[in-house]
Amino acid sequence: MTPLHQVEGRAIPLGLKNIDTDVIIPAHWLKTTTREGMGRGAFESLRADPDNLFDRPEYRQAPILIAGDNFGCGSSREHAAWALGDLGIRVVIAPSYSDIFSGNAVKNGILPVVLPQAAIDRLMEVATTDPVRVDLEHQTVTTPFQDRFTFEIDPFRKMCLMEGLDEISLTEKSEAAIAAYEQRLDAARPWMRPAALMS
Amino acid sequence: MTRPRTLYEKIWDAHVVEQRPDGTALIFIDRHLVHEVTSPQAFAGLRASGRTVRRPDLTLAVPDHNVPTTPRKDAAGNRLPIADPESAAQLAALEQNAPEYGIRYIDAVAAEQGIVHVVGPEQGFSLPGATIVCGDSHTACHGGIGALAFGIGTSEVEHVLATQTLLLQPSKTMEVRVDGNVGPGVSAKDIILHITGTIGAAGGTGHVIEYTGSAIRALSIEGRLTISNMAIEGGARAGLIAPDEKTFAYLKGRPYAPRGADWDAAVAYWQSLVTDPGATYDKVVVIDAADIAPSVTWGTSPEDVVPITGTVPDPAHFADPSKQAAAAKSLAYMGLEPGTRMQDIAVENIFIGSCTNSRIEDMRAAAAVLKGRKKAANVKWAIVVPGSGLVKAQAEAEGLDRIFIDAGLEWREPGCSACLAMNPDKVPAGERCASTSNRNFVGRQGPGARTHLVSPAMAAAAAVTGRLTDVRELMG
Repeated sequence: MTPLHQVEGRAIPLGLKNIDTDVIIPAHWLKTTTREGMGRGAFESLRADPDNLFDRPEYRQAPILIAGDNFGCGSSREHAAWALGDLGIRVVIAPSYSDIFSGNAVKNGILPVVLPQAAIDRLMEVATTDPVRVDLEHQTVTTPFQDRFTFEIDPFRKMCLMEGLDEISLTEKSEAAIAAYEQRLDAARPWMRPAALMS
Repeated sequence: MTRPRTLYEKIWDAHVVEQRPDGTALIFIDRHLVHEVTSPQAFAGLRASGRTVRRPDLTLAVPDHNVPTTPRKDAAGNRLPIADPESAAQLAALEQNAPEYGIRYIDAVAAEQGIVHVVGPEQGFSLPGATIVCGDSHTACHGGIGALAFGIGTSEVEHVLATQTLLLQPSKTMEVRVDGNVGPGVSAKDIILHITGTIGAAGGTGHVIEYTGSAIRALSIEGRLTISNMAIEGGARAGLIAPDEKTFAYLKGRPYAPRGADWDAAVAYWQSLVTDPGATYDKVVVIDAADIAPSVTWGTSPEDVVPITGTVPDPAHFADPSKQAAAAKSLAYMGLEPGTRMQDIAVENIFIGSCTNSRIEDMRAAAAVLKGRKKAANVKWAIVVPGSGLVKAQAEAEGLDRIFIDAGLEWREPGCSACLAMNPDKVPAGERCASTSNRNFVGRQGPGARTHLVSPAMAAAAAVTGRLTDVRELMG
């Protein structure tokens, strides 16, 4: 995973609330066994409109997406994060996210920035003409017009993003704790082992 | 004396492998359900890194999203190939990955095959108090039997396969209490649609919702699974309903459930899985069951709910400006005018199925309305898709299949079907579907398809009249 520190560039001012993962990537694009190439299907229903934001020259390869409340709701498909990544998006800025989407985003090196609606409204305005800068280390979003918004992020997620960490390797360091838990579980609730597999 | 805890806190505490100073915890996963769509990249990841599946005994794989609902065997009993090459490749990948990693696999032609969220409880693989994950957001469903169950992405699928754990932040807790008795014609689906309309599509974000109150307790296990299934439509990653005697009776004797002395020990433990008196939730919503009517959605978010006796809302009447904009877009997509009576909206398609509403009780509810009736002439496509092969067999033993077929509906093989436009069952662009599924998103049932979410009885009523209909008018 590519580490993420600062991202600067054009931000797509999408802004709609309740953008679900079926809109980000429709199900028929999920019939694949790889993670690549999802960008072609990203926002397919919105991009059916020839005047859509995503295909305007100024927003091609834009690294930032600005959206409304509850971004990424619905299906747990990580393909939504893969599709955004394949479009070149490294940061989403929204007032809120679905829990599953924000987790998937971080695991794919995409930073979900949470800002209040007033900040979103201002950034939407700036994004129509100018670039936006996101600094993960200092947890700020800034514009060429002296706007400066700070955001909160879970420290573990911040570390994973900044270091491009592989979470499985990290968890494998807890092997002894996992094995000890399994022993405790077998002693306390032996019936948790699926019956049909024990015969 | 320990402090009073909610049901969620009890299950969480029982699964902490390792508490981290930053507030996250490594949580043990008791059950992992795997299907063909969100797992291939996870298995590829394991292969690339040379890892194995830590606990194949706690993992169960079954294909559901991609499998066509048309017959799977020819007259001679030979398995028919899947026409779509991409779907066939995904199924083939699961069929290869499961045995390679020692995972129990229910294949597409097995009697037990079905939608993973129907199969889990039905096989007794899902148990109260267990942590259950699956690469599918409707994993919330299993909360209906008192399991802490939630959907995960493919990276997390790989993480669970490799380590049988997940690194999680504890969720906040939310109680949704539904007190009183629902009226005639009001089902579990109407209750959860009403709840979603009340709290909003992001109302439960960051929370695990525990559903309580006499109207929830009165529901069957099938009804509780329907409620918890749609916790995610209210933004909550998981729903919970405390297990009780109904839960134990439902699970007893199922293939993977504990047996003999183990069963008694399990029940004793499960009886402790209730929210303690004095425990507090971060958020509480109280709903009067008497306020819930047979419900239907008008827009493209599951929060867009009105009673069937209502009308299409005017976007200008929403207080929130962003909701006004979203509602106007929804109505344009849905081809609806504000003020239109919901009951005047004609539907050309009927879908009875999905992990929300494909259990035996759902089949019975739809059949009760359709018995002795015919589908309306303007209804072009009407399918009934049981949630599993066992539901199908049970329905056939009760003669429900004959009722559907005699009414002019198609009786299909189990799978996710028209819930998500991934297999051949799709709703044509511009057409409407009265659907018992869980999502009315843009394009969810096919590009341009217009979905109205309803209960099985309401879908059956719409099939009879050819328009969205108050099922109470058809009840004898």
